Amino acid sequence: MSGYDAIVIGAGHNGLVHAAYLARAGKKVLVLERRPVVGGATITEEIFPGFKFLTGSYLISLLRPEVIRELSLAKHGLELMPLESTLVPLQSGDYFADWPDHDMTREEIARHNRRDADIYPEYAATMKRIALWVKPLLDIAPPNPASNDPRDKMAMAMIAERLRAMSKSDFDLLCRLLTTSAADFLDEWFEGEALKGTKCTSGIIGTFLGPRSAGTGYVLLHHYLGEIDGVFRAWAFPRGGTGAFAQAVYSAARSFGVEVRTNAAVKQVIIKDGVAKGVALENGDEFYARRIISNADAKVTFLNLVDKKELSPDFVNDIRRFRTTSAACKVNLALDGLPTFTSIPKGKEALYRGSIEIAPSIDYVEKAYDDAKYGGWSTRPFMDALIPSLLDPGMAPPGKHVMSLFVQYASSELEGGWNAEKRATFLDIVIDTLSQYSPDIKSKILFKHINTPDELERQFALSSGNIFQGELALHQLFFLKPVPTFAHYKSPIKHLWMCGASTHPGGCITGAPGRNAAMSLLRDFQEESA
Amino acid sequence: MRDGMGMLSLKVTPFHPRTSELMQGNAWRRWAGFTVASCYEMAPDREYLAIRNACALIDVSPLFKYRVSGKDSLAFLNRLVTRDLSKLSVGQVAYGPWCDSRGKVVDDGTVMRLDDHEFRLTSAESSWRWLGDNAHGFDVFIADESDETAALSLQGPTSRALLEKLTGVRLSDVKYHWMRSIEIAQRPVLLTRTGYTGDLGYELWIRAEHALDVWDAVVSEGASFGLMPCGIWAMDVARIEAGLVMLDVDYTPSPKAFTANQASSPFELGLGWAVHLHKGDMVGKKALMQDRLKTDGLKLTGLEIDHAAFMSAHEELGLLTPLPFIPWRVVTPLFLDREQVGYATSGTWSPTLKKYIALAQVAARVARAGNKLTIDLMVDRERRPFAAVTTTLPFFNPERKRA
Ligand SMILES: Cc1cc2nc3c(=O)[nH]c(=O)nc-3n(C[C@H](O)[C@H](O)[C@H](O)COP(=O)(O)OP(=O)(O)OC[C@H]3O[C@@H](n4cnc5c(N)ncnc54)[C@H](O)[C@@H]3O)c2cc1C
Repeated sequence: MSGYDAIVIGAGHNGLVHAAYLARAGKKVLVLERRPVVGGATITEEIFPGFKFLTGSYLISLLRPEVIRELSLAKHGLELMPLESTLVPLQSGDYFADWPDHDMTREEIARHNRRDADIYPEYAATMKRIALWVKPLLDIAPPNPASNDPRDKMAMAMIAERLRAMSKSDFDLLCRLLTTSAADFLDEWFEGEALKGTKCTSGIIGTFLGPRSAGTGYVLLHHYLGEIDGVFRAWAFPRGGTGAFAQAVYSAARSFGVEVRTNAAVKQVIIKDGVAKGVALENGDEFYARRIISNADAKVTFLNLVDKKELSPDFVNDIRRFRTTSAACKVNLALDGLPTFTSIPKGKEALYRGSIEIAPSIDYVEKAYDDAKYGGWSTRPFMDALIPSLLDPGMAPPGKHVMSLFVQYASSELEGGWNAEKRATFLDIVIDTLSQYSPDIKSKILFKHINTPDELERQFALSSGNIFQGELALHQLFFLKPVPTFAHYKSPIKHLWMCGASTHPGGCITGAPGRNAAMSLLRDFQEESA
Repeated sequence: MRDGMGMLSLKVTPFHPRTSELMQGNAWRRWAGFTVASCYEMAPDREYLAIRNACALIDVSPLFKYRVSGKDSLAFLNRLVTRDLSKLSVGQVAYGPWCDSRGKVVDDGTVMRLDDHEFRLTSAESSWRWLGDNAHGFDVFIADESDETAALSLQGPTSRALLEKLTGVRLSDVKYHWMRSIEIAQRPVLLTRTGYTGDLGYELWIRAEHALDVWDAVVSEGASFGLMPCGIWAMDVARIEAGLVMLDVDYTPSPKAFTANQASSPFELGLGWAVHLHKGDMVGKKALMQDRLKTDGLKLTGLEIDHAAFMSAHEELGLLTPLPFIPWRVVTPLFLDREQVGYATSGTWSPTLKKYIALAQVAARVARAGNKLTIDLMVDRERRPFAAVTTTLPFFNPERKRA
């Protein structure tokens, strides 16, 4: 069995995007997915009959607009509905709201702190301006700063050019963002606890760090990148859930001729004389191709799928050191009707349709982190909730609702390890915390489901359950991602490539690693035939 | 929430119970987060005529108002704004801009000296943070009185007579940019001889809870003085005729400027006369000293657009000329021999001058009056160049404004 130009291991959204770009350029591509469904962590699952659960990702913001255009995803069914608001219920019973309207938000911030209201537009503009400088770095394969290759040198020169074009004050701010914590950075701008609480969450989403940890300033900026593209300007919910987005990419990929096999777990990459030649499945089947591209994370790829004898010990150590410890969980609730959030006043019911964030202050979030730091979990977790069925009635039966909760922190390195009982206990903590703000939630729950880090690892083959296939931390970004020696989507094994969230620019639903890797690989094909 | 999903709403001014009764054409707009009238009647024509021929009543409550008091209040404000306030007497008002440390305009507004150590500052944007940040080291107390203070602008040739009738007090000795405490409907009102129309006019500063009493008294007495409630459109025509710049329209306040280029120095906005560099330290002084001498910047200028050509271009096509009776606010490029030399920021048909006028930012070298530039305007479905001659501002400056 041969004749493929490329085999992609994993049908996560990046694997599918990657395959689609290769096939669009005329390559013969096979995608092998271990699960019965495609999408990886970008999936909608009907775990309880009639209710569609978002067991992995739940919102889209950083998706590269060119991926939508170039793969004609709208034609393949992608529909995005921007979230309109953010509600932060406060422990006092009051609330803080971020509205889709400048005047409304201004008024709301002023209700809590007038100085913050004045400075907020300046803050938002500054973050967007800095994000604008950083954005082009998302769409290129990271150059090696220490290399003499003219291509690396040119790319480095482009980056230097951009930095030089920044104003001095923006450059200073960028340096500060890269080095401080989200909390310190926000403290420089704002006074109000509620505003800082909700803003700091962008700095810690998906990272096992607290808002006072250095490095979270960068993550804050990372999440602003999604706001400047003019496409979404906000987090958006794809109709049918994130799984529907994966289905759109799947449909696009097939339209270009990509062959996708599910229930096809790759056991090992077949390597001959240091060159990747094909893959062997768990069931013994073998497939051969000119290039093998792994959508699985860096640890799974190099520590499980590649015979370690083929790798240098240095490289193996680098991969072992790649930080994946995680503290993110995903909860889904099937609800018998809409729950009440007591802090939402009459006339402001539109807030139910937006994000509901349990992050009343920086201290609250930091304490949640403290609890989990040493192999534990938060006694009062940070949560980002959403009621998708209000945006897309198809997510639940008529009159019923689903609620999606992204929850931090519960350590992947839980003392004594995870088991069913511990998962149930933490799920109770989540619901108890939620019921402080929504007293009737418990009475509405028909079914509840939690994905803790161990479950995320088991289901999605994510090392330590890390939602981004590796921590979004400065020391493992850009030309350091996943490891300093191999940041070009290539690997030490000839013809074995990477295209997943472990590679630049990293996690989230972006399609960027898949697309960037395809661009590099197509050039590689070209150079080979030249 | 099931039906309707709740209503988002803007703030309303203390006069809203009256203004909403007057509204005929549903022409509301936003101003600083408030709901105010663009125009009450179906068209703004009569409201404009009231400004120039009788007297117009404009709700300007969305302006921000701050009280600054304390031992250092004069020193503090004198460091904040570009004008020299040391010569400002109690009872006097000074209009001018204030700048950031790069000498770029943050906002413009008035400073009223209420007492030796007591001032009121009005601004277009919320200035709470700017005042607070600049107050470090000064013994001052700043109070935001925006919400508790309603404001009415009474503009036009009969405004004085109306106010004299209402108060029984002679007001001719309240000179341009001075103030007086008066009573209307037994309510205390601070009267300043200020406005945004370039005409004879006054602004009334009223405690919010007295707003409706004062409104009712003014409106009922106003009937015999030709008074008309008037919206923002008509006021906008008048302020362009008067050559007065508007924040967010004719310039970008520096805190909102996305890039440094978007901000303006007061010299570029025609406010050089309000920059007093001889006084002691002030925010942005160093930059302003340099900007004053700059010759490569932009300059505010008036434009007279060749409306005769504009009309015949339409008439040749058998069309009526759509003159802008409601001012436009679209940045529109200006050319000299097809090279762009600036841009117009707001334009209107001037019913008084019977001219098509605009405010513009142009390169200093073409800012002198009498330069013939071109502006591209739409004629039916085509863009065509028309002559636009630079002119000095204001376009219209009646004697009665200061008399
Ligand atoms: C709980 C959770 C919440 C999240 N929330 C958001 C969010 O709201 N917004 C957002 O933008 N991002 C979110 N993310 C992150 C985002 O989902 C991921 O970064 C993104 O889906 C990664 O896509 P990928 O294609 O690179 O990798 P993955 O989705 O991890 O796909 C890898 C695929 O490879 C397959 N695979 C692995 N090993 C093998 C093998 N041996 N053989 C065959 N197949 C294999 C896996 O089964 C999987 O399908 C979230 C992630 C999680 C887990």
